Amino acid sequence: MKDGKFLTLGIETSCDETAVSVVADGRGILSNIISTQIGIHTQFGGVVPEIASRRHLEKINDCVDRALEEAGVCTDDIDLVGVTYGPGLVGALLIGVAAAKSIAYACDIPLIGVNHMHGHIAANYLEHHDLEPPFMSLVVSGGHTNIVNVPEYNRCEKIGGTRDDAAGEAFDKVARVIGLGYPGGPKVDKAAREGNRDAIAFKRVWLEPGSYDFSFSGLKTQALNYLNTERQAGREINVNDVAASFQEAVVEVIAEKAVCAAEEFGQKRIVMAGGVASNSRLRELISEKASARGIEVLRPSPVLCTDNGAMIASAAYYAYQAGERSGYDLDAVPALEF
Amino acid sequence: MREIRKGNFIADTEADTRALGLSIADAAEPGDIVALVGDLGTGKTALTKYIAEGLGVTEEVISPTFTIVKEYRSGRLPLYHFDVYRLSGPEEFYSAGAEDYIEDSGLSVIEWADIVADALPEDALLIHIQYADEGRRSITVL
Repeated sequence: MKDGKFLTLGIETSCDETAVSVVADGRGILSNIISTQIGIHTQFGGVVPEIASRRHLEKINDCVDRALEEAGVCTDDIDLVGVTYGPGLVGALLIGVAAAKSIAYACDIPLIGVNHMHGHIAANYLEHHDLEPPFMSLVVSGGHTNIVNVPEYNRCEKIGGTRDDAAGEAFDKVARVIGLGYPGGPKVDKAAREGNRDAIAFKRVWLEPGSYDFSFSGLKTQALNYLNTERQAGREINVNDVAASFQEAVVEVIAEKAVCAAEEFGQKRIVMAGGVASNSRLRELISEKASARGIEVLRPSPVLCTDNGAMIASAAYYAYQAGERSGYDLDAVPALEF
Repeated sequence: MREIRKGNFIADTEADTRALGLSIADAAEPGDIVALVGDLGTGKTALTKYIAEGLGVTEEVISPTFTIVKEYRSGRLPLYHFDVYRLSGPEEFYSAGAEDYIEDSGLSVIEWADIVADALPEDALLIHIQYADEGRRSITVL
């Protein structure tokens, strides 16, 4: 406690960001330190797990110190420690979990293991201070594509997800084959702005009627087949057109399904989360479709869309309020479900 | 692994890939390893889905690219589905805990197995998938 505020320390190390934050009363960001490894992994075309783990280990203590310092607090002021325990890379998760357990034990404060996906949704509580459940949430990132009904704090009901590749993964893979490189999402987004989204008729994959699931693997194959055919015919490939057409096929399906889900469950708001929530065309399209049906769309600013400790602190705060506690036997769960 | 038809064939349709997946599942014994090699989009994950179907796995088999490995325990044998696309080589494969899986009594299916070839036992079932013409696939079982 400091100045009557309940302080949560949030730790996130599930992928390539070492991130630590101090959050007041689950909503106010006092500090948000993010040490990214993106430059290191760019040369490999993606996250390299072993390098990621080592970097987390090198950075974690420094990030904790900086988060406390920037917030102007000391460990004695912290009331709760929240940490991502899955899903993610096992070696990377373990660094954060071990750090959080040590702090909780040394300072004798409660510990909460947070599902990374719940964290992404909670990022919206930090951005929109009036936001309260219920709402429909769309979580799209490099590892996940989910539509989640959120009836109350600390309750997340997945109603649809990917059956093969995540949306961000599809962006990464296609970006790689058209030579845009890593990270694929932002690069495809940028190239697409210069391209014609109707240039190539990639088939939208809707699956069975009424399903909120996604499939992007076939779309990836369509893009690869198109590139092969064009190259074999000796035709020049317009990278911007491929990016724009591919992106449109991905985001149109995501936007339509999210809006339909909100409508079916009677939700008046769609809350976006995850790295792909920053995709400019997805934002534009979902806003268009939602406003036509009287649904409001909220999203966090880009810094809160990427992995960060503040969103973990916020999710931990609401789990704590709901009576949850984790023990010192908390372990990393790489394939944690919703 | 029990006897399975080896050699090269052309998969004209998804049904051919499914038939191969089901026959692998049928022949699989505890501790077996299936090493899949092929470019992006050739259907490695699709083949793995059919192997899972043959084992009687009821969960949705989704791409393990993000977490490197996913486990499925609802079938006749545990299925360990690896995607080592993002690994730099055998050492990283070991440090991701791979030994615990491949020495276990399940069936391990490894996508992009060429990256970790040195870490795999000689009796692993090696499957190469390549693009053929008109959207077909050339599949070689070794």
